[in-house]
Amino acid sequence: MSQPPTRSGLLRTYDSGEYYCELLGASGNPHPIYETIERQLSTISEEELRNRALASENDMFDLGITFTVYSEKSAIDRVLPFDLIPRVLSVGEWETLDAGVKQRVATINLFLADIYGAGQVLKDKIVPAELVYGNANFREQMRGIKVPKNVYVTICGIDIVRDQAGGFRVLEDNARTPSGVSYVIENRRMMLRAWPELFQGSGVRSVDSYGPRLRQALAETSPPANGDPHIVLLTPGTYNSAYFEHVFLAREMGVPLVEGRDMVVQDNKVFLRTIAGLRRVHTIYRRIDDDFLDPLVFREDSALGVPGLMGAYVAGNVQLANAVGTGVADDKAIYAYMPRLIRYYLQQDPILDNVETHLCGEEEGLAFTLANLKSLVVKPVGESGGYGVVIGPRATEVEIEETRRKVIANPSNFISQPVVGLSVCPTLCPEGIEPRHVDLRPFAITGNDTWVLPGGLTRVALRKNSLVVNSSQGGGSKDTWVLLPEGGR
Amino acid sequence: MLLARHAEAAFWMARYVERAENLARLLDVQQVFANDSRDPGSWGSILALNSDEPRFMETHDVVDRETVTQFYVLDQENPTSIISAIHWARENARALRPLISTEMWSQLNVFRRRLNALTPLDLSDAHLSRTYAMVKEGCQAHTGITEGTFFRDESWYFYSIGRQLERADQTTRLLDIKYHQLLPQGADVGSAFDIGQWNSILRSAAGYYAYRRVHSQAMSPATIAGFLLQNRAFPRSIALCVNDMDRTLNELRSRYGLRGGAAALERIDELQAELNGRSIESILISGLHEFLDMFQKTLSLLGVDIARDFFHHEDISGSMQTQTQ
Repeated sequence: MSQPPTRSGLLRTYDSGEYYCELLGASGNPHPIYETIERQLSTISEEELRNRALASENDMFDLGITFTVYSEKSAIDRVLPFDLIPRVLSVGEWETLDAGVKQRVATINLFLADIYGAGQVLKDKIVPAELVYGNANFREQMRGIKVPKNVYVTICGIDIVRDQAGGFRVLEDNARTPSGVSYVIENRRMMLRAWPELFQGSGVRSVDSYGPRLRQALAETSPPANGDPHIVLLTPGTYNSAYFEHVFLAREMGVPLVEGRDMVVQDNKVFLRTIAGLRRVHTIYRRIDDDFLDPLVFREDSALGVPGLMGAYVAGNVQLANAVGTGVADDKAIYAYMPRLIRYYLQQDPILDNVETHLCGEEEGLAFTLANLKSLVVKPVGESGGYGVVIGPRATEVEIEETRRKVIANPSNFISQPVVGLSVCPTLCPEGIEPRHVDLRPFAITGNDTWVLPGGLTRVALRKNSLVVNSSQGGGSKDTWVLLPEGGR
Repeated sequence: MLLARHAEAAFWMARYVERAENLARLLDVQQVFANDSRDPGSWGSILALNSDEPRFMETHDVVDRETVTQFYVLDQENPTSIISAIHWARENARALRPLISTEMWSQLNVFRRRLNALTPLDLSDAHLSRTYAMVKEGCQAHTGITEGTFFRDESWYFYSIGRQLERADQTTRLLDIKYHQLLPQGADVGSAFDIGQWNSILRSAAGYYAYRRVHSQAMSPATIAGFLLQNRAFPRSIALCVNDMDRTLNELRSRYGLRGGAAALERIDELQAELNGRSIESILISGLHEFLDMFQKTLSLLGVDIARDFFHHEDISGSMQTQTQ
């Protein structure tokens, strides 16, 4: 008699190799939900799964759940590829992530209040002052400004990966205008339509309350208003690549979606141009960068912002979420100090570890980086979206030498980290169901308290062996399941 | 309270779709006229009607069926083409996405993709009327989806006013096409040939059988023109459009307590007085073309009144962009 197969159906040939598998666990000790998913995957044919996946993508296209890719000549609306096999987080895993994210957000807000206030953390030499004051994202205008309830970062997205041992590690904090939450909610709706059988008896936590929660947090940190504060969402406009998300969030919150030209500042107060004249605005969830907010203060060529907006903000007549100048806290260089900052402000050990990080701006870090270029990931400090990242073991000799030159020319613009063997998830690929690397971006909302949307955005690197999950580099996404405690609802 | 920019976008989204539909109707009837007259020069009349001759002559040497049809259907460089109208309708819909239904958005998306896929073959004799039917259907699908899914708040009122204003304006143009036809005067008026053309106008406005219900006897230019101008029940008649705007604007103001719009209401009064105060015979005697011309100008001023009171009234700098007629 032959050995009975340990896996059946579409997972028959699945092998996660040396990487931690989100579904099977490290030691072949699978998640309980695995049985359900395995059962489903053994009753569905690959063709049927592909048809459902295709139908989902067509749905997204028709519904306009797209992001826009601009080339020189044209603007193309594209959907973020969506994989139907969910990524699952257990009750225990989520408890860790939830607490770790909250700890991180609390630290970021305390840090921002500190550096724009007394600067104690700098006096205590926890972080070098030049790293803060010399940071391109430090905003001098924010010094001494009182931010309601010290909530600088209302919306925070924290990028988390899992290493080969299955440990969670923070890769990056996003404290400016993190995007992607619309996909979390749309992916779930898509999943429920495409594969309803999978949810039967699964006990998955809902993601529907993000909009109302965000609106509530914005109201809690709003300047005083007569009655309900008037909240708006500020978009750069219809041609922005994330315009769909702005539309989505405005609708989920039930607030107007406005552009800079819809607002005017008079007597340090912000007003909306409506059909009945000017209407006061109290809180702006802005999806445009600091630089473009107010041409009188920042970039004067900006047509996206509102002249005088900073004046109204400084006077405390309008709340901006996130606050101005939060970019200094999610900088890749400050990131390296986050574990120390958590201990400093909260007297706690970090719940979520960083990936070990070497600052090329420091002598030791530079020497280590240059000596180990072939085994490290080198990242430019100021870039986002995965641009400019060089993965040593995968780089050519020419790329390594080019990186060496760039790092030597401007050391403080770079950090390096060991290559993290990101965890994988079974994913429908042209070759069948294969392991693909994933990360996770949970979203935290802070008003009176911090709340973390159960799950977050799971991005998946669809190219074989690729570690880069960004949508601009061939990434897709998955529905992220956080399981309910036994007997919970 | 509705953003001024969104009010403007709703108003123009409606106008552009209505314009595309009416342009298809107009081109359809022009095709019939041209076949009748066997005079290729008659294609110039539709350019005259839309005051497009100078722009057309910049890029074309010949005025004929092919060049004019291409100019009004497929030419993306021509702001008054069907394809441009739908392009701008979709751009306004994009700005309105937080307010319109997903179905409205997705229909305009698909419709525009279909128009972009048209080729000169679709304008050939064998396919042209099918192409116009497709355009009309796309516009009507938009109107129907909007009726069935668009939330009835302030933006709906601006959408409705935009649609009625454009429709009234387009009906004046449809009527005016008779004036621009280089027809022999006098003897032909009321002849079988003349009646046949009036008949085509009625049909292109989908009004032939409605007209028959009102005037079951003889067909005359006066009764047909009177029907398109003054009938209170025909949806494309100018009187119905103007009365509808009157009602919509009054309701908008009272329901939302808006002060703006007084000048627009006065302008509508003026239009109603012109329409109701005169018999069709007296209008024809003093000149139908002159009457229609005056009417178009007044409608355009009505658009200005609405824009001033609702879209830009707080715009001190004047930097707000205005969409053009």
